[in-house]
Amino acid sequence: MSLSRSIAIAGVHEHPTRWAPDRTASQIMAESARAALEDCGLGLVDVDGLFAAGMEMGPMGVVTLAEYLNLKPRYIDGTNIGGSSFVAHVAHAAAAIHAGLCRVALILYGSTAASNAMAIGTGGQIGRDPATAFSTPYGLTTVGSYALVAQRHMQKYGTTSEQLAEIAVTMRRHAVLNPVAKMRSPIRIEDVLASRMISEPLHLLDCCIMSDGGGALVVTSLDHARDLKQKPALLLGSGEAVWHQEIGAPDLLTIAAKQSSDEAFRMAGVTRDEIDLCMIYDSFTITVLVTLEALGFCKPGEGGSFIESGAISLGSALPVNLDGGGLSSNHPGMRGIFLVIEAVKQLRRECGPRQVEGAERALVHGTGGLLSTLHSGATLILERDR
Amino acid sequence: MTKPIKHPRPGVDWETRAYWEGCGRHELILQRCRSCGTLQHRPRALCVSCLSDEIEHFPASGRGTVYSFTVTHQNQAPGFREALPYVLAYVELEEGVRLLTNIVGCSPENVRIGLPVEVEYAQLEGDIAVPRFHPL
Ligand SMILES: [Zn+2]
Repeated sequence: MSLSRSIAIAGVHEHPTRWAPDRTASQIMAESARAALEDCGLGLVDVDGLFAAGMEMGPMGVVTLAEYLNLKPRYIDGTNIGGSSFVAHVAHAAAAIHAGLCRVALILYGSTAASNAMAIGTGGQIGRDPATAFSTPYGLTTVGSYALVAQRHMQKYGTTSEQLAEIAVTMRRHAVLNPVAKMRSPIRIEDVLASRMISEPLHLLDCCIMSDGGGALVVTSLDHARDLKQKPALLLGSGEAVWHQEIGAPDLLTIAAKQSSDEAFRMAGVTRDEIDLCMIYDSFTITVLVTLEALGFCKPGEGGSFIESGAISLGSALPVNLDGGGLSSNHPGMRGIFLVIEAVKQLRRECGPRQVEGAERALVHGTGGLLSTLHSGATLILERDR
Repeated sequence: MTKPIKHPRPGVDWETRAYWEGCGRHELILQRCRSCGTLQHRPRALCVSCLSDEIEHFPASGRGTVYSFTVTHQNQAPGFREALPYVLAYVELEEGVRLLTNIVGCSPENVRIGLPVEVEYAQLEGDIAVPRFHPL
């Protein structure tokens, strides 16, 4: 039996906190685990696969987490490929379950980045290790690495700051409909353009917010998921990729999402027309634009006009980031897990005012790392069970 | 005009020492594989196209063009906060290799994609230097 359509996401939980000076990252993970297991009607005793990643976790973080939860899983995976890690964890869990190496996989994330004042989006990168020695002398920041892509896209295709701003405005419009989103006051294109310049051409409102937060996913076989409390979200396809700039000077505007999504669509056996909504890692506005192009929803260079046409707004052909995304809902540093959680909730059709009507299929794409220097991409295609 | 950047000292190891010491002599050293001809940067002990260790080092012309850039207005890291706004850029060398660097010696508003630039060196302690670029 093929992997596609045999594994499902059975339970999810997004921790509602956005500011948690009274909690630890482990506690946020444990509270999220409790709620996601309750969501599908399982208990910690059923979990035999554990997956986690986090900026606050050490190199043996997932082992420490197993100890915290007093779990003795038979399958453990601490893969950390940046903010996209949890998207990749779903595919890794599916493979492990399909191979019989575990039955119920728990994927966890928790972070107190905001209340601990960790530098994420607009902070500097410091590091003395020889691998980063070719960027640290030059003041590469996270936002700067994405700004290099934005500048190149503008020069090559005539993309405008207004088109990028439209992304932030759309995410905020969705966040207004999400009761737990951090930023819920509507904004206009002029507000984005008038906000402080951080790294040209990206303004403050082109950048993700900072928050605390966390979440959990429960993955199991489709057969098992059908016996549980919620309507399962089937895994149709998945793909991963790593992209970098070092040798052969590849085009800066070609990103990992191209390879990972081609693989995911091939495995899923569906076309782009059959996708009802997308959850795309929006670390910065430009990330959404180049990801939409790489995913094949518009041609290279046409991302600006695609977005300007209103295509990514709720009620349009391809609504993106219905929760408000990292630009407006939450961003504790690695938001890939929230992409999956919202996609599953949309497929279950439990999202109230921000629900995509008749949602059958969702595409999730996470980007990890720095887009113009070294980054990863992970794609999932999910479907509402019949 | 750009303000002076105090470049943090890069980490140097066995594989990258020749590059940083070359910069100290004002030579921008690149690697070419003798077996398959691949140019590579950052430096490695072997060619990652064919895994040969027949690597030769040669000085680049030091000239290139701006491939992309960003004028950075926010960075609280020491060495950079005093230099805001500074220009972070990718420069594509004549040899076809792309380097992350800073553009200095001009007004940040005058930097454009395609601008012809030439290498210069900021000397650090211990006979190494950080290469950066100014308009030709
Ligand atoms: Zn070779």
